[in-house]
Amino acid sequence: MTDTASRARQRGGTPPVRRKGKPSPLAQAGIEVDERLPYAKGTRSLLNKVFPDHWSFMLGEIALYSFIILLLTGTYLTFFFDASMGEVKYNGSYTPLRGIDMSQAYASTLKISFDVRGGLIMRQIHHWAALLFVAAMLVHMLRVFFTGAFRKPRETNWLIGSTLLMLGIVEGFIGYGLPDDLLSGTGLRITEGIIQSTPIVGTWLAFLIFGGEFPGTEIVGRFYILHVLLIPGIILALIAVHIALVTVQKHTQFPGPGRTENNVIGERALPTYGAKATGFFMIVFGVLALLGGLFQINPIWLYGPYNPSQVSAGSQPDWYFGAFDGIVRLWPAWETRFPDYTIPAAFWAVQIPTIVIVGMIFYPMIERKLTKDNAHHNLLQRPRDVPVRTGIGVMGLLFYGVLVASGGNDVIADKFDISLNAMTWIGRIGLIVLPPIGYWVTYRICLGLQMHDREVLEHGIETGIIKRLPSGEFIEVHQPLGPVDSHGHGQLQYAGSPVPKKMNTFGGVGRRMIGFFRPVAELPRPAEHGEAEGQRELAGSGSTTGSSSDSGTESSEH
Amino acid sequence: MNDGSASEPTPEELEAMSREEKMLSGSEADGVHIVHRRERFPVPGTRAEKRAERQVASLFLLTFVGAIAFMVCYIVVPWRFKLGDNNGYKWFTPVLGICLGVTLLGIGCGAVLWAKKLMPEEEVVQERHDGPSTEYDRQTTGATIVQGVVDTGIGRRKLLTRSLGLGAGAFGLMALFPIIGGLIRKPRGELDSTAWAKGVRLVQLDGTPVRPGDMEPGSLATVFPNTPGGKTASDTPTMLIRLRPDVKFVPRKGQEGFRWGDYVALSKICTHLGCPVSLYEQQTNRILCPCHQSQFDVLQDGKPVFGPATRPLPQLPITVDNEGYFIARSDYIEPVGPAFWERKNP
Repeated sequence: MTDTASRARQRGGTPPVRRKGKPSPLAQAGIEVDERLPYAKGTRSLLNKVFPDHWSFMLGEIALYSFIILLLTGTYLTFFFDASMGEVKYNGSYTPLRGIDMSQAYASTLKISFDVRGGLIMRQIHHWAALLFVAAMLVHMLRVFFTGAFRKPRETNWLIGSTLLMLGIVEGFIGYGLPDDLLSGTGLRITEGIIQSTPIVGTWLAFLIFGGEFPGTEIVGRFYILHVLLIPGIILALIAVHIALVTVQKHTQFPGPGRTENNVIGERALPTYGAKATGFFMIVFGVLALLGGLFQINPIWLYGPYNPSQVSAGSQPDWYFGAFDGIVRLWPAWETRFPDYTIPAAFWAVQIPTIVIVGMIFYPMIERKLTKDNAHHNLLQRPRDVPVRTGIGVMGLLFYGVLVASGGNDVIADKFDISLNAMTWIGRIGLIVLPPIGYWVTYRICLGLQMHDREVLEHGIETGIIKRLPSGEFIEVHQPLGPVDSHGHGQLQYAGSPVPKKMNTFGGVGRRMIGFFRPVAELPRPAEHGEAEGQRELAGSGSTTGSSSDSGTESSEH
Repeated sequence: MNDGSASEPTPEELEAMSREEKMLSGSEADGVHIVHRRERFPVPGTRAEKRAERQVASLFLLTFVGAIAFMVCYIVVPWRFKLGDNNGYKWFTPVLGICLGVTLLGIGCGAVLWAKKLMPEEEVVQERHDGPSTEYDRQTTGATIVQGVVDTGIGRRKLLTRSLGLGAGAFGLMALFPIIGGLIRKPRGELDSTAWAKGVRLVQLDGTPVRPGDMEPGSLATVFPNTPGGKTASDTPTMLIRLRPDVKFVPRKGQEGFRWGDYVALSKICTHLGCPVSLYEQQTNRILCPCHQSQFDVLQDGKPVFGPATRPLPQLPITVDNEGYFIARSDYIEPVGPAFWERKNP
C-alpha cells in the first residue's frame, strides 16, 4: 500500500489524498471494533516494531515454528493413538506382525503407520519436528551464550529459555516412549533404573511414576496426558512469556554504524519482516515435510512390541538424550555400599549432567557476579572479544560432544572397527582431557583474532602486493582502512564489529551484481549512507563490514 | 512503551496528510524513525523488476503444482501395505513428502523473495527506552504497596499473621496429599523377588520346556518361569547356558551347587540399568549388554569385567524334575536388575 504512495512520490506525481466519503467495509469493521476495544495505538506500535537483521536471529524462530508444526501434527496423531497398555492381538495391515500380542499403544501406532492414509508421513514429520525443535533451541541458546545476549536485562529470558530446552527434551523423550515398541520400552527401562537409583526415595519414586514394578500397566497412559496436555501447555505458556519479554525489552543487535545501546536498527514488522517470517515458517515446514516423507524415522514395526527379555543391538535414544546415555556408559563401576543400603553407580553418573545443567541455567548470574558487570547491555559481543566466556562455552560444548558421541560409542565402534572397550576409555579420558584443552585453544584463538583485528585497524589490510625497497628489503603493502596519522598508523578504533580483512570484502557500500548466471544490471553507487567515515573512503566491491551487512543496495539500470 | 516526541497533528493537518505521511507520522509517534526507505525498483517496468516478479510468481505457481500433485497422488498412489511391496505402496509416503515439501517451500521461498526483491528496502531506527522506571513512579508505587500492606495490619496483628501462616501452611501440605497420595504405591519387596520358585519349569518364549539334551555345548537359550505373566515380567528372563566341556567354571561363594551338570542359569537382566544382556560371545564366554556395554564373564559366574555394571548377574539354582525337564530349585537369592537404595550388601 505504501509502495504506491512512495512510488507516486518518486515518479513526481502528487501523493494521493484520502478520499472523502464512506470508508471501505474492512475499514468500517476496524472502526467498529476500535469503538469497543481501542486497539489502534497498540496495533500501530506493534506493526512498527523494528527487527534487527542477522542470520543467527532466526535460530529461535526455527524452534518456534517447529513447535507449531509439532502441535499441528501431534493433534492429528491423537485422533488415532490409543494410550493403553491393554493387550491385543495385532490384526492390521502389516502382515509380519499379525497374530502377535502387543499393547494397544503399539497396535494403534502401527495403525497410524499402515492403516491411516497419510498417517505415516504425519508421524514422521512429528518425529523430525521434535528433533529439530530441540536442536534449534540448543543452537539458539549457543548463539545467545556466545554473543552475550543473556546479560542484563535479559537474564530472565535465559532462565525461561533454559527451562524450555529442558522441557523440550523431557517432552521429546516422553513422546518417544509412547508407542511402547521395543526401542522405547528399553529407553523406559533405563530411565526407570536411573530413577530407582536415587538414594532413600528411589524405589518409592519409581513405583509412584510407574504405578508399581516396571513396566506395569499405567505408564503409557500417564505419559500420554503429560505429552499432549501438561508439558505442551507449559511450553506454550513459557514461549508466550519468552516472546513477550523480547517484545518489551526489544531485540539485541550487533554493534555497527549507528547502532547504539539506545536504539534498534532493522526492518519493521510490516511488511518486510512479516513477509520474511511467514515465508520462513513455510520453509521450515517444507523442509520438515521433505524429511518426514523421504527419510524414515523410528520405524517401530521393525523393532516389534516391547518385551523385557529382548533388545535390539545398537539401541540408541533420540539425539538429545544421547548425552545422558553417554554418561551412564562412561561412568565407571563405582557404587557406594552400606551394609543395609546402596547408592548405585547410575545415581552418581547422572549427577554430572545435572551439575552442568545447573551451571548453564545460572550462568548469567554467575558471570554478573564475577565480572561485577551490572550495566544494561543491548549490543552483542563478538565471541573473540570475550575469550573467557567463549572458552567456557567451547569447554561445555566439548564435554557435551564427548557425551553425545559416547552415547553412540557402540555404533562408532562397529562402523569404524574400533574396540568397544577402547571407545569407552577414549570417552572417559576425552571427557576429562578435551574440555580444558578446548578452553585453552579457544582462549588463544580469541586473543589472536583480537590482535589481528587491531593490527588491521592500525596498519591496514594486507594487499598481497610485495614491494622491494631500494635497500633491498621486501615489504608487503598495506592498505589503510581510514585516515592515518603522521606515522602511517590507522586512527580507527575497534568498535566491536567485524573488521575487513581481505581486499575484496571491505568497503561495505560496495557494488553488487544482480543476476545469477550473468549480470542483469550494473549497480550504481548509493549516494548517501550512514557509514563510518573511514570505511566510506574505500570503495571496494563486495559486501560486508558486518555493520552494514545488507547495505549493498540493489536497483535497476539507470 | 513508546512515547515519540512529535506532537500529534491537528485534525485539519491530519485531514491534509497523505497515507504515507500518516504512516511516517505514526512511526515517529512510536519512536520509530524510518531513516532510509526506497523502492527496490524506482523505475517501474525494467527488465530486472519483471524478472524478480517472474521469479516470485513462478515459486507461487510451484506451490499450485505441488498442491495439485499432492491431492492427485494422495488418491492415485497405492498406500496399503502388501508383503513384498509389489504394488508400489512404498512410494506413497515419499511422494506425499515431496509434494508437500514443494508446496510449502514454493510459498515460503516466494514470500521471502518477494520481501527481499520487491518490497521497499528500509532501514529503520527504533528508540529504546531502557532502564528503570522514574524515581517518582518507583517511590509512589513502593509507597502504595507498603501503605496497602500496612493498612491490612499484618505487621501489627501478630495473632492473625501467625494463625494465617499456620492455616495456609497446613493447607499447602494438605494439597499434596490428594495429588501424591493416589499415586503412591508402597514397594512390598517386589524388587527382591521374582516369579521363579521351587519347582517352576524353565520354558522358552513359545512355552516349550527345556530338557538337558536340547542344547548344544556353548549355546544359550532365554527361558522364563512357566507361570502366568512370567514372560512379560521385567525381572524373570533368564539365560540358560550350556558350557563347553573344555572350560572351567568358577562359581561365586555360596552358589557352588546352583548349576546342573554343565548348565548354568544366569539372570538376563543387566545389573546396571535393567536391559536384557543379549549378546553372548561363545568364544570368550562373555555376555555384553547392548545398552551401556557392560560385560559379564559367564565362567566367573556372571562377574562384571568391563563397563558400568557393578554386580554379577544373579544365578538361578536349577535342577531337573522327574520328567526330565529343567526346573528352578528356588527364586534368585538376591535382587535381580538395577540396584536401589534398600538393596542390602551382606
